[in-house]
Amino acid sequence: MTPLSQLLPGQFGKLVSLNPDQAVDQRLMALGLLPGMALKLVRRAPLGDPLAIEFGGQVVSLRLAEAESLIVDVAADCPVQRPKPTP
Amino acid sequence: MSSKEIYVALVGNPNTGKSTLFNALTGLRQKVGNYPGVTVARKSGRCDCGDGLKVELVDLPGLYSLAAASPDEQVVTDVLLGSLEGSQQPDAIVVVLDATNLLRNLFLASQLAELNLPMALVLNQADIAHEQGLKIDTQLLSQRLGGVPVVLTSAWKGEGISLVRRAIAEVLNKKSKMTRLTWPGQVESALGAIVQAIQADTGKAPSSADAQRILFSSNAHTSNRLGWLNVQRDSIVRQARDQVRAAGYNPLAAEPLIHYAHLRKVLEGVIAGGTGKQGNAAALDRVLLHRVMGPILFIGIMLGLFASVFWLAKFPMQWIQAGVDFLKSVIAPALVSTPMLQSLVTDGIIAGVGAFLVFLPQILILFLFVGILEDSGYMARAAFIMDRLFSWCGLNGKSFVPLLSGFACAIPGLLSTRTIEDPKARLATAFAVPFMSCSARFPIYALMCAAFIGPLYGPGWESVVMVGMHCVGLIFAVPTAFVLTRFVLKVKPQPFVLELPRYQMPKPRDVIWRMWQNAAEFISKAGTVIFAITIIIWALCYFPRDTQMSDRIKAAEPTLSEHELQARTQAAMIEQSWMGRFGKAVQPVFDPCGFDWKITVGVLASFPAREVIVSTLGVTYSIGKGAEADSQHLRTAMQEAKWMDGPRKSTPIFSLAAVLALMVFFALCSQCGPTIATLAQETGGWKWAAISFFYMTILAWVMAVVVYQSVIRFT
Repeated sequence: MTPLSQLLPGQFGKLVSLNPDQAVDQRLMALGLLPGMALKLVRRAPLGDPLAIEFGGQVVSLRLAEAESLIVDVAADCPVQRPKPTP
Repeated sequence: MSSKEIYVALVGNPNTGKSTLFNALTGLRQKVGNYPGVTVARKSGRCDCGDGLKVELVDLPGLYSLAAASPDEQVVTDVLLGSLEGSQQPDAIVVVLDATNLLRNLFLASQLAELNLPMALVLNQADIAHEQGLKIDTQLLSQRLGGVPVVLTSAWKGEGISLVRRAIAEVLNKKSKMTRLTWPGQVESALGAIVQAIQADTGKAPSSADAQRILFSSNAHTSNRLGWLNVQRDSIVRQARDQVRAAGYNPLAAEPLIHYAHLRKVLEGVIAGGTGKQGNAAALDRVLLHRVMGPILFIGIMLGLFASVFWLAKFPMQWIQAGVDFLKSVIAPALVSTPMLQSLVTDGIIAGVGAFLVFLPQILILFLFVGILEDSGYMARAAFIMDRLFSWCGLNGKSFVPLLSGFACAIPGLLSTRTIEDPKARLATAFAVPFMSCSARFPIYALMCAAFIGPLYGPGWESVVMVGMHCVGLIFAVPTAFVLTRFVLKVKPQPFVLELPRYQMPKPRDVIWRMWQNAAEFISKAGTVIFAITIIIWALCYFPRDTQMSDRIKAAEPTLSEHELQARTQAAMIEQSWMGRFGKAVQPVFDPCGFDWKITVGVLASFPAREVIVSTLGVTYSIGKGAEADSQHLRTAMQEAKWMDGPRKSTPIFSLAAVLALMVFFALCSQCGPTIATLAQETGGWKWAAISFFYMTILAWVMAVVVYQSVIRFT
């Protein structure tokens, strides 16, 4: 269990939990970032903050301080995928 | 909008090409306005849907959720519920979705379905979905969603527009509604409890969409709007939320969890293929957001933008100025028999129109660039790169472009704060923009440096002072923004969650129309105020009029040349005008800054437009009208000016202390009518414009006193 802010650029993880009381987390949930979702830390901005994360086929930027409540499981084997094309 | 006209709302996530589709559907028949009481733009236009069916199409701001967390979301929710003052519920909703990211886009559609209005879905950017190998079964999707029309389009390529027109006609005809999801039993009964409680208290049953907002959103916007102000409101909502919790959901997470679970099922078998190819974004981002290359390219792009606004706009501005001067020279002789009318027309009306027309080139050029940056997808990246530099003082990465443009001119800078979604950061940025050293401050710096700093201390110090003066505003703006966002503004800041969309070639039509719409709004709103201010200041400088002045001066000094006589008359006229009398009366206020009454009149006359200072000093120092910053006469006159009386008698008025104090005053003072008018326009009222005016002006006075009093003690 790692806070999202500690992921390295290029590292994958699966969202374990977030804090629905926070406005940032509510916004991310509306974008489809829900527990169990695979995500990838794409990069940090040149000055180290904010972060760019990829999930559900989209790239979203969020600030380090606002990413505190996002807890990620990096051990889970989960490459980021687009919205599932079912066979 | 007449009440009988059919009206259809266009809703969708940002970056779905919604505005491009709107432009394609309505053509040039568009109206831009504001929703009452909020600074959210209302764009509407006529859309021809075939068979003589014409509807009023309203383009609502792009949003991801109806959660009513941001002002934009609240406006959209209120408009769709018909609860906004002067608006009615739309007859149908057209939801624009990004075909390449259907799941996320359907979340908003699914929330919209709860409004129980006729609905059609437009899956836009079908060309890109096709490139990515995605195949979307629109028939199956339509069937799963209760038979609402679902069409595939590419608004950018202009493909499928007629399908949208037909879909609008169909939905208006069949009133097809999107299937609403089935809430889990306990959530359903929690919603029912809220509906019942509100009905008992207000006598009117709220819609289920309203009940959902109250149950799922953490703010009280909806309850307040419904007039549900029962003291037990909070405990009723808490009980309902406990029911949701009993069903195993966090009440604040329940809505997206349930919707997304439902939508995953809806989409099963609808989308096939998909190479997983991410398109151009990842590859371009590797360069444009690169740790080293990213900032370098960013600086290059921004320098290009600044150079264009600053330099390229100069030519059309000169043409406008030349046109104004030409018009004056043509009209003036025709009115020579009625001097007051002549002065009113040339120095009042024509100058007043010229005063706001002269801003148009900068506004147009800046919005051309901003439009290109936004539509291409780079603006989000620019904000991503710059956010760290601005976040600590309550601004965000999107504050950069407005502040940079402020160095050319505050007006386009203020207009471009519209790109900032967070209302708190938007207001703080708008407050900081007028501090930036705009090009109208340049003439007074140039005059002071060339007349005093250069001759006394050499060109080296001249440049140091010049650069320093350009930084003064910035040095005060940053702490101001910090204090404003931290301690003054009570609005909750919006989280800085920003989608980095895929890159796209901007569509010239979209960019140019938006550029024109912004310019037109500026002319109609700020333009009238600027015009009025110019006329008022003209009157103050013109009245009362002593028609014998010229003869009296001539009688006293018969040797004066025609030009000298004219200059002396003008100086005497302004001295005894209301403005001159007022300047003399308030001179004691500016005495601690080292300003004599002539400078004071210049300062006061410069409140509508600070660049007027040079020509006003020209008049008060008897050089005549039309003095320029490089006028040798004016420099000499100022260098020779001495205090006539008082403790500083026969010492130069323009000492180093006074020169620095004057420049610092102009760096900080709110001397620009157009800026105040635009600030009022952009913040939705005169409150913040007034606060900005008094804050900057008082700060300017205080800093001028500090500079004068400290420098005079060291020299």
